[in-house]
Amino acid sequence: MSAIYILWKRELIRYFRSRARLVGSLGQPLLFLVALGFGLGPVFQKAGQGNYFQFLGPGVVCMGILFTGVFAGIQVIWDRQFGFLKETLVAPISRFEIMFGKTLGGATVAFIQGFFVLILTMIVGFRVQNVLMIPLALVAMFLIALFFTALGISIASILEDMQGFQLIMNFVVQPVFFLSGALFPLTGVVSFLSVIAYFNPLAYGVDAVRGSLTGVTHFGLMTDFTVLAIICIIVLAIGSYLFSKVEA
Amino acid sequence: MDDIISAQNLTKTFGNFTAVNNVSFNVKKGEIFAFLGPNGAGKTTTIKMLTTLLKPTAGTIRLNGIDTIAHPEKARKSFGIVFQDPSLDDELTAMENMEFHAVLYKVPGREIKGRIEKFLNFVELWDRKNDLVKTFSGGMKRRLEIARGLLHQPEILFLDEPTQGLDPQTRNKIWEYLQNLNKETQITVFFTTHYMEEAEQIAHRIAIMDHGKIIETGTAAKLMEQTQTKSLEKAFLKLTGTAIRDEEASGVDKLRGHAMRWRGR
Repeated sequence: MSAIYILWKRELIRYFRSRARLVGSLGQPLLFLVALGFGLGPVFQKAGQGNYFQFLGPGVVCMGILFTGVFAGIQVIWDRQFGFLKETLVAPISRFEIMFGKTLGGATVAFIQGFFVLILTMIVGFRVQNVLMIPLALVAMFLIALFFTALGISIASILEDMQGFQLIMNFVVQPVFFLSGALFPLTGVVSFLSVIAYFNPLAYGVDAVRGSLTGVTHFGLMTDFTVLAIICIIVLAIGSYLFSKVEA
Repeated sequence: MDDIISAQNLTKTFGNFTAVNNVSFNVKKGEIFAFLGPNGAGKTTTIKMLTTLLKPTAGTIRLNGIDTIAHPEKARKSFGIVFQDPSLDDELTAMENMEFHAVLYKVPGREIKGRIEKFLNFVELWDRKNDLVKTFSGGMKRRLEIARGLLHQPEILFLDEPTQGLDPQTRNKIWEYLQNLNKETQITVFFTTHYMEEAEQIAHRIAIMDHGKIIETGTAAKLMEQTQTKSLEKAFLKLTGTAIRDEEASGVDKLRGHAMRWRGR
């Protein structure tokens, strides 16, 4: 237990220590909010869909969690290149403890990041429909964080070095984000897009957060949370397996 | 049971390449044991197997009486290790690196503070305890790693080229620490180095490895006598030859090479 705690703590210390990274990673969500929110807002309104900020806000929150989570997980590659991973691999703890501690730490960081983005969206104009539903949104945010951090660690366990990072960003992370319904409603889109969304983990995450905060959902909250919980368990299992194969 | 390290018929192959070929040796409790060999001889692979980071293709290892292949986690508590490359977290302070290690090795909570102070003082870094490791010089990092490796009071300390790239002052200091510690606590020290004079002066016993096999074991005096040379360096060259070994690039280096070529750099 204490090993998991110290691994978790390390991620948090590192996160809060690098203020530049903390502030820097708010830049992208802010850009999306301002450019898309103000830019496409009028079109969205004209199409009779209401206030675009209400729609976009939860999507951008999830974007913040997605990027921070995957990145936190992928940092295992850095740990390997800078040698620190060996220090943990040679310690008298199980691989599962290492993987779990790191995942929890990264997920907590991604969750906090998402929380900051949520505050940002409120400053820009997003309004929570029902305050009592906020805890549910936070649970969804944490599940998203957990899923994508574990995914990042799984990927990092396979990759030899950071060369593959760009590949992962362009062919996994970006598509997951853009095809999740974070930016546009999934109702009424071309059928292939909605089919893709069915297989996109983030689609359920975005829907859960949006559903909790604004009351509008696509899949239904029950489906969202069930799917999120199941895929979290699956990716944690896969991540543990892949990480157990990592050689120093 | 006098032998604290016992390796029997150790073999490690990577594909067609045999890095370590049926090697056996024993190290006694309290010994300072030098493990020498040219680049690519199989030293680091052997250390990785001894420290549970690599599974041997064949053979057995016992550390402190524990079978490391059957019980790696248990065996890990009985040794500390200083790797060839730094393995500290640069973004953490010296203190935080030490705390991290203490918790991972389950040092009892009430002893952590005292022990960290003791070992940071031991390597003369207590004054810098709250500084980020990235502000440390190479020598300071190495000293910190030694302090960290000792924190859980292991029976054996493995050091893979601990003095590589350090100035004579730091090298001298590091050996002074380790010799003192060896005298006080009877800790077994197993190290590799390319500095023959270090091995000659410090090691109680020396093993020379080449092409994946141990070709000689004995005291520095015995090796010199056997080869009729006046220094360990000469003895070493006589035993292993004077041809330069170009170390095989690791898998990561090879991949990096491929990537560079792909991008036409």
